[in-house]
Amino acid sequence: MTAPSEERQLLQCKFSRVQSVFDDCIANARRYMSDAGIRSYIEGANAINRTGRGEEPVLVYLEEMPQVAGLLGESVIEEVVTFTRTLAKSPNSKAVPNFLQTLASAARALESIELFREYLQLVVDTAVRTSPKVHGIDAMYTSPCLPDFLDSTAHLFGQLSLAGIRNWVDYGVAAYPNDPERQQEYFRLKTPDSHAVLQRERHGTLFVEHERKLGMYLRALWQDDVNLYPYSLAFDELRKPVPYLNQQGIHLPDVYDDLPKQENGTGGVRGIDRYRALLAHISAHRLWTTKLVADNLSPFQRMSVEVFEDSRVEWLAMQRLPGLRALWCKLHPEPIDYIEYIDGVSYIRQRLAMLSRALLDPQHKYTHPVILNYVARFHALMAGGNTTTKDMQTLGVQFIAETRQASDSSSKVHFEDTVVDYRDDNRLLWQFIEAGDEEVFEERQRPPEEQEDEFTVPPRLYPEWDYGAEHYRPDWVSVYEHLHPQGNGSEIDRLLDKHKALAKRLQKIIDLLKPQNKVRIRYQEEGAELDLDVALRSLIDLKSGAQPDPRINMSHRHDGRSVAVSLLLDLSASLGDVPEGCSQSKLELSQEAVSLLAWAVEQMGDPLAIGGFHSDTRHNVRYWHFKGYREHWGNEVKARLANMRAEYSTRMGAAIRHAGHYLAHQQADKKLLLILTDGEPADIDVSDARLLIEDAHKAVQEMDQQGIYTYCINLDPGADDYVADIFGKHYAVIDNIARLPERLPQLFMSLVK
Amino acid sequence: MSNHFDIKQYEVAKEPFYQAQGKEIALYEAAYNARLPVLLKGPTGCGKSRFVEYMAWRLQKPLITVACNEDMTASDLVGRYLLDANGTTWIDGPLTLAARHGAICYLDEVVEARQDTTVVIHPLTDHRRTLPLDKKGELVQAHKDFQLVISYNPGYQNLMKDLKQSTKQRFAGLEFDYAKAEVETGIVSKETGISTEVAAKLVQIGEAARKLKGHGLDEGISTRLLVYAATLIQQGIETTDACRMALVCPITDDADIRDTLEHAIDAVFAD
Repeated sequence: MTAPSEERQLLQCKFSRVQSVFDDCIANARRYMSDAGIRSYIEGANAINRTGRGEEPVLVYLEEMPQVAGLLGESVIEEVVTFTRTLAKSPNSKAVPNFLQTLASAARALESIELFREYLQLVVDTAVRTSPKVHGIDAMYTSPCLPDFLDSTAHLFGQLSLAGIRNWVDYGVAAYPNDPERQQEYFRLKTPDSHAVLQRERHGTLFVEHERKLGMYLRALWQDDVNLYPYSLAFDELRKPVPYLNQQGIHLPDVYDDLPKQENGTGGVRGIDRYRALLAHISAHRLWTTKLVADNLSPFQRMSVEVFEDSRVEWLAMQRLPGLRALWCKLHPEPIDYIEYIDGVSYIRQRLAMLSRALLDPQHKYTHPVILNYVARFHALMAGGNTTTKDMQTLGVQFIAETRQASDSSSKVHFEDTVVDYRDDNRLLWQFIEAGDEEVFEERQRPPEEQEDEFTVPPRLYPEWDYGAEHYRPDWVSVYEHLHPQGNGSEIDRLLDKHKALAKRLQKIIDLLKPQNKVRIRYQEEGAELDLDVALRSLIDLKSGAQPDPRINMSHRHDGRSVAVSLLLDLSASLGDVPEGCSQSKLELSQEAVSLLAWAVEQMGDPLAIGGFHSDTRHNVRYWHFKGYREHWGNEVKARLANMRAEYSTRMGAAIRHAGHYLAHQQADKKLLLILTDGEPADIDVSDARLLIEDAHKAVQEMDQQGIYTYCINLDPGADDYVADIFGKHYAVIDNIARLPERLPQLFMSLVK
Repeated sequence: MSNHFDIKQYEVAKEPFYQAQGKEIALYEAAYNARLPVLLKGPTGCGKSRFVEYMAWRLQKPLITVACNEDMTASDLVGRYLLDANGTTWIDGPLTLAARHGAICYLDEVVEARQDTTVVIHPLTDHRRTLPLDKKGELVQAHKDFQLVISYNPGYQNLMKDLKQSTKQRFAGLEFDYAKAEVETGIVSKETGISTEVAAKLVQIGEAARKLKGHGLDEGISTRLLVYAATLIQQGIETTDACRMALVCPITDDADIRDTLEHAIDAVFAD
């Protein structure tokens, strides 16, 4: 064993604060490291000292490193030191203490040297990717986000896997490339989307993914007339919220991790079953618990009454569903009976938890006579039937009176194995008659938010696909929908008049396409009726000795068409342009084409909706309704079409999703979404041209999954560059725009033939 | 050929087990005495067909059952010409048979048939009690014992599949539903010989599933399926396996519902 003085000689750092804690650090390090390890530990401290960044990094290093080396092996010391020196030489040297501070939490969460190296790489990547770049060179600028990121990692490691953290970083890097201040807030976990992404990457059973299942569980086995509200455990550091029931409904955690199996037989419960255990407990309260007046009881008495009441409703629930006992037993802690009691520590919680376990679990191992006595009394009472919450009050008060100890009121409370996390806080059990200054659960009334007059329908939020990160940005785009204001409908009639000859030709095609109600299928071996012509022929064949045709029946088939069509118009500003060689703007041509199409579809009898869209950043995508599915091709629709205007940009994905949302709810065998556009998706808040193209492609894929056939009619002669990327083969580029009015109805008919 | 037809083969020989839920037996008998056509409504597997069978036995009348489907045409009900060596021969359909020989004709799930098919029963169901066979040129006068019973399941909320008012208003109606828990327990245990405790638990699962109707389930677990489950248990199959096989697998492909029901089974059949 080397003497402390020898180690002190090794240490070359003379900062007084380092000197003063050095002995303690070495003593601590001895618990984790060998002599050789200690030597390289001290050499590491010297190396960090030589980087000339003051005493702070050395202090943090000395504090954190032993733990890390203990978890990951002593070879990690050198790697960390090398990494720190590189970091200190880079423009990001300020982040060195922040980095060293994260080591212990990273080591604890990752537990393997390989993963730890990946973490170091992630730190480098984050620094590089968040540094401002001038002329593509980034090695000379400081990353403003790195310290914030490093400060957040301790929290992140508690919630996410390393892959989850990487995704979270990726999102932050991609979402705010040109906005370092917002990015900093993101990495500080201060923005809503930062929380949202964190939430998405979390491990465990997320409430949102299982909400339907839990609703069904309540509906099938309990009552369903209650709302479920998730609350987040991720951001309440000081005091973890407990599930509770109030007038609004049941409030429950947004995520439950699977509970691994413990040695004493508890645990081994899936997250979804933890939710069910919680809901079963609260539902039992809702069925059988009545209010008690709290004012006359002391807090301890109330705690005890709550234990008895929890046990009573659970007992009743288990009569109904015996399988709940096994589930609850796995979740209920099993406090050890004979712990080392320390003077001045309150064991009231431990006593009550033991009681609660004994009431729940018939195979409990407790031998305390008072507990056994009360368990027996409880069961005798329950077996008698018709128990009430009031009976539990009596039991609870007596139990406290009998077991009260002087140390109970001590402020030091023994908490170990006493938290029953599937039980709620019983706030609805108690009624307070006198207003006190404690235990007020009411929430402050918020003034109703003022609404903008213009938007009577709240916006629908849609996600947007980020192809770089390969994930959806949740609730990214707000779509506001309106009925399009009306103009002068006679203009549309004038346009239709202009195309009279075309209409006549179309009429002929329509007559051919129009569905006939009943079609005769002849030549059937088995059918509804005898086809006399064929039968006679067969009979003659038979009599003349030839082989008769046995297919002498016929049947009928319904030949109905069931096609719902949604036509989506791109109303972006470019539509106002007059293309070369044309006398009319694209807008006017579109009006003509759409009018003809709407007229033709009306003739065919298929439901058709017409909508238009344009966008002004992701916060304001407008969706205009021109015609509803069941609406007739009448004056009102014409008037709306006549007033069509071209403004703003083209955020196509959100509009496709919105049109698809309505189309998916149509009752039809075939669903067709036609998109008439004149350019590629673009918006003023998006600098990456690919982003909206990829998003639109994703939206088309989504439509495909919902059984909606998407088809694009593009007026942009240069559309070949991108349109296939979005729509696959489902598109037509119309080069000669002047012929659009003719082509659009034809295209439609060839699609639905 | 039709003259030598033996209607006896359609008689119900043995008493089928039927547990009355209310006054339906007396009501049906009264309707039969007046030869009123009867419409039975109710979810699938709640005992409509069993009830008709039981009433046919009780009244000692032959019973001709037709399961309707959407490809069924009027000629499937009234009959058609078929070819034989000498030319064409008329073959009576089930409805004509019943009308000629005085049987109870039971059209099961009548909404499944197309509306043009269902109208052929109209002349049989009012004061005329006749069935015109226009292809054959014959007007069949219904036998005095003939009665028409139809059933349908109002649970299928489908615009296309509903009875026309003109059809509905020719019938006296009886509404069926799954029996009350105690009664249903009795039915399951009597039908299979299973103990009442297990039967009660099966019924409890059935009731849980019925609450999910309209929330992902088109139809709850029917009494028939409960009887299946009980039959499997009687053969020595594990209760949970039997329930999974008879109660969960047939009714849903929805993973969430399956999960919920399996949890319900575990919760009800503990230890």
